[in-house]
Amino acid sequence: MSFKVLSPGLMSTLQDFGRQGYQKEGVNNSGAMDIISLRLANMLVGNDEHEAALEITLAGPTLEFTADTLIAITGADLSPMIDGIGVKMNRPVAVVAGSVLKFGGCLKGCRAYLSMAGGYDVPMVMGSKSTYVRGSVGGYKGRALAKGDVLGSGQAGSYARHLLKNLLCKGARSFRAASWYVSLPHLSGKEMRHPIGILQGLQMGAFSDESLHDLLTKQFTITNASDRMGYRLEGPRLLLKEPLEMISEIAVLGTVQVPADGNPIILMADHQSIAGYPKIAQVIGADLPRLAQMRPGAKISFREVPLKEAEEQLLEMERYLSSLKITLKHKA
Amino acid sequence: MKNSYQILPVSEGCLYVKFGENISPEINRQARKLSNYVEKHPFAGFIETVVSYTGLAVLYAPEVVRKAGKNKMNAFQIVGELMEEYLPQMDSMPDEPSRVVEIPVCYGEEYGPDLEYVASYHGLSQDEVVDIHIGGEYLCYMIGFCPGFPYLGGMDERIATPRRETPRLAIPARSIGIAGSQTGGYPISTPGGWQIIGRSAVDMYDPAAEHPSLLQAGDLVRFRSISVEEYREIRGEAL
Repeated sequence: MSFKVLSPGLMSTLQDFGRQGYQKEGVNNSGAMDIISLRLANMLVGNDEHEAALEITLAGPTLEFTADTLIAITGADLSPMIDGIGVKMNRPVAVVAGSVLKFGGCLKGCRAYLSMAGGYDVPMVMGSKSTYVRGSVGGYKGRALAKGDVLGSGQAGSYARHLLKNLLCKGARSFRAASWYVSLPHLSGKEMRHPIGILQGLQMGAFSDESLHDLLTKQFTITNASDRMGYRLEGPRLLLKEPLEMISEIAVLGTVQVPADGNPIILMADHQSIAGYPKIAQVIGADLPRLAQMRPGAKISFREVPLKEAEEQLLEMERYLSSLKITLKHKA
Repeated sequence: MKNSYQILPVSEGCLYVKFGENISPEINRQARKLSNYVEKHPFAGFIETVVSYTGLAVLYAPEVVRKAGKNKMNAFQIVGELMEEYLPQMDSMPDEPSRVVEIPVCYGEEYGPDLEYVASYHGLSQDEVVDIHIGGEYLCYMIGFCPGFPYLGGMDERIATPRRETPRLAIPARSIGIAGSQTGGYPISTPGGWQIIGRSAVDMYDPAAEHPSLLQAGDLVRFRSISVEEYREIRGEAL
């Protein structure tokens, strides 16, 4: 299973769960921005959910399949088409060698995930296939995809081989998608408008009462200077009660830090392990996949969630994914 | 010595054991010591530790911690209680010895665009700022911010300078800078808010190495001022 890149799109990188155990070397975690869509994309083609998938941002690539390949596309709806015919998402799709996958307009979300049965055949760097573009590390040659790249798969399991054969035996000119699919609750329109949950940040108490009120009641805009490292927000300026020359300390995925200009930055997948600006809040884990699907220009608001509830929501998400895994096993 | 500390939640999967409020070798030593202890005694769901100036971050998978945990405690309470047990036990462990590492730096002009600002901020000449900077021996308190980025303590307060109000979107790799009373270097090009005073001639990060970072927490670091010619020679660039 493999494809060749005819055009790379805006920013297409391989991402898995990211690097763990290297933060003491200052090595960023990286990994998929929307980890739920990544996990689903892998499950649908019978991969281990930790496998890497292609994270496709806003404007997708054009890919020519050089062998019969079982894929799945999850996450943002970037209007995927194979040989000009729309491809349904969130299900396994058998693609015939020679077919061309293209993407059109971005209808919903920001990042799509393209999995390939058997996973992507790239070397593990520091325990992960994730691409960290700023550090030229991991993924396909440490960078986003470029024209002419050829990406092959590892050994596909029996589930994938069986499914590919079954879908193609009925005869297909370009591709055939499974008739069943899995829905992702975090990408529904209603969910996308819901305020993002936050915990208290380590320096929340150092901010003025007015700024804390603004944080929980006003809207912010995700600016164009946002990327996989951080979402830079604009809105009411968040100010300290009094100047505070911070001692740099731990920062994790979802930490909301505020430089002196008062515009908050939410640290995302390529975030640093240590940060020097006061931390006003921490985005809850269960809302990070939804945040990752919000694009520059989108409005964002926040609500405070107790730690216990945030953890329950995270466990609920894990239970949902476990039940999905069991359902998909029965399909096999 | 009895430790005084606080255990604070950072996220559902991270807590911070804070040993103090300022940059001090003793506070940082306790964080490094707890790090060693936790790594030698990992618990179910443990991912990694990150040493910083004032304490130690412990990262874990909350769903695994909960599965292995007891009663109705949340993951933060379970790991927090474990840290309370570890803290008195770690005092019996010996400290790790420090390495000494020298970094050649070309200061000012194109490699240190903020050297002039730092000098004028303090009413010093640029040479005086450089002399003060190379005169110190710095403890590497932690690595972070980006791969191999060392946070060095022990800088002379005469050149302590606040961060830039708005971070730069791209700082060249190996830039050496000042932020408040901290000094350090950017091993790769990245956004950042430090005042940039020079550039290291040696790589501070190699992703192919077993330990990708040139420096590690606990190292002792010295800077040596070099000319543009020497800088280019070390980098293998044409003069």
